[in-house]
Amino acid sequence: MSDLIDARGLSCPQPVLITLEKLKSLDQGELVVLVDTDTSKENVIRAASSLGWQVKDVNAAGVEYKLTLEKA
Amino acid sequence: MSSIREFFASRVGIISVGAFIGVFAALLQKWGNPGNMGICVACFDRDIAGAIGLHRAAVVQYLRPEILGFVLGAMVAAFAFKEFRPRAGSAPIVRFVLGMLAMIGALVFLGCPWRALLRLAGGDGNAIFGLLGLVAGIWIGTLFFKRGYNLGRTQSTYASVGWLFPLIILGLLALRLIFPQVPDKDLSGILFYSVKGPGSQHAALAVSLAVGLAVGLVAQRSRFCTMGALRDLILFRQIHLFSGMLALLIAAFLTNLVLSQFKPGFANQPVAHTMEIWNFMGMVVAGLAFALAGGCPGRQLFMAGEGDGDAAVFVLGMIAGAAVSHNFGLASSPQGVGPYGITAVIVSLAVLLFIGFTMRQKTA
Repeated sequence: MSDLIDARGLSCPQPVLITLEKLKSLDQGELVVLVDTDTSKENVIRAASSLGWQVKDVNAAGVEYKLTLEKA
Repeated sequence: MSSIREFFASRVGIISVGAFIGVFAALLQKWGNPGNMGICVACFDRDIAGAIGLHRAAVVQYLRPEILGFVLGAMVAAFAFKEFRPRAGSAPIVRFVLGMLAMIGALVFLGCPWRALLRLAGGDGNAIFGLLGLVAGIWIGTLFFKRGYNLGRTQSTYASVGWLFPLIILGLLALRLIFPQVPDKDLSGILFYSVKGPGSQHAALAVSLAVGLAVGLVAQRSRFCTMGALRDLILFRQIHLFSGMLALLIAAFLTNLVLSQFKPGFANQPVAHTMEIWNFMGMVVAGLAFALAGGCPGRQLFMAGEGDGDAAVFVLGMIAGAAVSHNFGLASSPQGVGPYGITAVIVSLAVLLFIGFTMRQKTA
């Protein structure tokens, strides 16, 4: 079971801030991030890539995105 | 569609958008807008407040079509890319107050972050103090972010909530078309116009509106934001948005050189004063307010066009702040700060610190 961050409804820079905090504490593995704007989606992906995390999956469900990040 | 989407999310995309804004802002000055004020979201919101009589400072009354274009352009882009998201409910009263304080600070300096860059690109050395203040204000904001500051989550809501602000903007556009400027008259129907001063200097309606729409379109796509640029640089050492901000500065500078609009110096710069400390402090207030609200004034307009009701409230706060600034003598003029400008900066800063220290919420 991968860790989950619910960043829906949060405005910049909160989604990135809490995602980065979590990614740093995990160091590797898998993390699921829920966001509900395209801006947040892009920002979270950009921040995760900067730490060497890959985007495994982007799942659009209605007005939300479920981002699955992973680092081996 | 997806390749356009990827282009605007890329580094080249954000740099192109910054350069586009820089070039067209400098051109707008050539085409009639005030000096080093091709685009200034704070000044233009203030002029709109004057046009509808919320303040009666005779020299700054004009219903700036650029602002209307920003919102409508962003709305069109949001619809075209299925990003129109009606949302609201994240501490609207706080966002209104942040908008007011942002405007009060910006009018002590005389410009929003975009204009600070345009002033520097035109050779106005006083802008350096404003930009330093902006950095300082945003830096204070990042300290609050690290302590857990946030205004709580927004909620998805009725489509009509997202429509409301763009409809207000369409209403203003209708007023502008119904009551066009009458030469040498300060009133046309119910709209006020300036017969002299910065408010009397403007490009033709169609030109201003077209540039505004184009900027709104590309800025919505690229999420261009000057506050975000500095915030991400300070907080995450990320240069994505910052590269766009730098592109704006360089493009405006080069365009000014070509148009012979670059006039280096400190004294007698257009719509500017030389009080270093208050240029700095005004933008500390504005920068902190933008940071706490999650966007520079331009970005708030684009988000309002995407259906963000909280950003719309921030914009309305800015317009109210402009009215307060001019009615109570808080705004600066080329002679220096207004009679109560310094008091306003101190009070505004105190209120911002109160907001920053007290509004924390566990979200994770």
